[in-house]
Amino acid sequence: MIATVEIAPMGRLRAGRRWKDRAFTAFLWACAFLAMVPLVLISVYVVSRGWHALSVNFFTKEPAGPLDPSAGGIAQSFVGTGLIVGMATLFSVPLGILTAIYLAEYGRGRFAGAVRLIAEVLLSTPSIVAGVFIWSLVVVAMGTFSALAAALALTVLMWPVIARAAEEILRLVPQELREGALALGVPRWRVILRVVVPTAGAGILTAIMLAVARGLGETAPILLTALGNDFINTNPLQPTDAVPLRVFADARTPVAALHELAWGGALMLLVAVLGLSIAARAVSSRQQKRMT
Amino acid sequence: MRRVEVADLSAWYGPKKVLHEVNVVAEPRKVTAIIGPSGCGKSTLIRCMNRMHEEVRGARVRGKVLFDGMDIYSPDVDPVDVRRRIGMVFQRANPFPTMSVFENAVAGMQLGGRFSRSELKVRAEGALRAAGLWEEVKDGLDEPGARLSGGQQQRLCIARALAVEPEVLLMDEPASALDPASTLRIEELIEELKRSFTVVIVTHNMQQAARISDWTLFMLYGEVVEFGPTSKMFTRPDEKRTEDYITGRFG
Ligand SMILES: Nc1ncnc2c1ncn2[C@@H]1O[C@H](COP(=O)(O)OP(=O)(O)O)[C@@H](O)[C@H]1O
Ligand SMILES: [Mg+2]
Repeated sequence: MIATVEIAPMGRLRAGRRWKDRAFTAFLWACAFLAMVPLVLISVYVVSRGWHALSVNFFTKEPAGPLDPSAGGIAQSFVGTGLIVGMATLFSVPLGILTAIYLAEYGRGRFAGAVRLIAEVLLSTPSIVAGVFIWSLVVVAMGTFSALAAALALTVLMWPVIARAAEEILRLVPQELREGALALGVPRWRVILRVVVPTAGAGILTAIMLAVARGLGETAPILLTALGNDFINTNPLQPTDAVPLRVFADARTPVAALHELAWGGALMLLVAVLGLSIAARAVSSRQQKRMT
Repeated sequence: MRRVEVADLSAWYGPKKVLHEVNVVAEPRKVTAIIGPSGCGKSTLIRCMNRMHEEVRGARVRGKVLFDGMDIYSPDVDPVDVRRRIGMVFQRANPFPTMSVFENAVAGMQLGGRFSRSELKVRAEGALRAAGLWEEVKDGLDEPGARLSGGQQQRLCIARALAVEPEVLLMDEPASALDPASTLRIEELIEELKRSFTVVIVTHNMQQAARISDWTLFMLYGEVVEFGPTSKMFTRPDEKRTEDYITGRFG
């Protein structure tokens, strides 16, 4: 008798809790959905405006001139972005990884603190500042805009992304692995290069991909350093075009055909950045499985 | 000789002194067990014996550890050489997750120097046989080392330590995380190893110490309470505290 009396309200209570639980879950789903909306809208819009531009000419031709602009393409922008971001990656990856190794494995005390602070400040510095800095340091000194200067400006932005993210990942490598290798009589630097870094490998790759994604889309710093170019340029010491620069330049003209090229460029940037981010996610989730 | 003699050794973590003027000798071709309650400094002591203690931030030592009469803490001694000659196996198996069984077995050689592929093969097989793992892994040498069972992983770590051909083997509770069957295998293995090595083993399991060791060191609060032949320690110890501990009256 007593038992039935007690079970009844508990059952009701449980039903009430279940309802709340569901409501809350639904609420969270709604929030997640809302957060997705801008991304989906932007993607749909950019795709719908940009896909007309995609043609063989778009990828293989330089701008066609004012008489028939729609016959041209932005090949010089792709080449330029490849050149600039490629060089920036070449500079920032070793620099960033070495910094991360220093901070995670050796760094203690004031100097390490200062390095970490600089990286942190650079992470939140407006990217135009990096552009102005390299402009005054490199462009003025060399007397010309160049792909090299643009790559250096991007390095200033990409280096701290890699350094800080890779540092966090190196710190996740269990101390037991370092000790296991040290106890075999392996010198410390070899333990780091051959055991610690490979164990953190996929995570470091993720950090690199995110940094490259950032470098691909930056406009302000290369505006002041690469300048832009209507022709394909592969000389690092000459002014060079880049996809974001081309989007910026073409979108500001009153020419409809050039607007179309700008949308096409924007679409390619979106695809590249989304692709890199998704790849980075995939790599890091695989890494998580291995670390545990 | 391969004799390890700890002389008046004290150790600190930062300001905290955890070993107080410890004296003990590990004889060649004998198993020396270190027993005592949790936190008494067993791991710290064994880590001082191949200079792993200093890998902890803020850790330091005073005193001597003589290896065949040479002080491993003298300034002109490279800790890398010490660790190559005095190997160590840890409480938790820690195979390298990016490496295969084979690569794990010869990791110390591959990371430390240049060896031909055939040389590595010979050494890997020798070490895996010595660790009693060869029959179980010989068909899966290229599998990831982390895919083995817990007991196999620990024997892989023993193989890894043996492959660099150390003269002394330090083992910090090598079986405490293992099931009874794996523990038995490790104990049999230690019986084998002592024919050619100086073995020092930390254990919190007194039956294990009684079964496998020739000498036993009993510690409390970072101090040596008693050090002597295992048979004597477990039958007629000199110290009342030793007797209380081994009969389970405290600890
Ligand atoms: N990394 C460390 N930092 C500070 N104190 C430590 C550290 N490792 C161990 N200790 C302390 O040193 C003492 C001895 O520890 P340990 O040698 O691990 O004992 P045991 O192996 O006998 O359990 C304990 O009081 C412990 O808290
Ligand atoms: Mg311990």
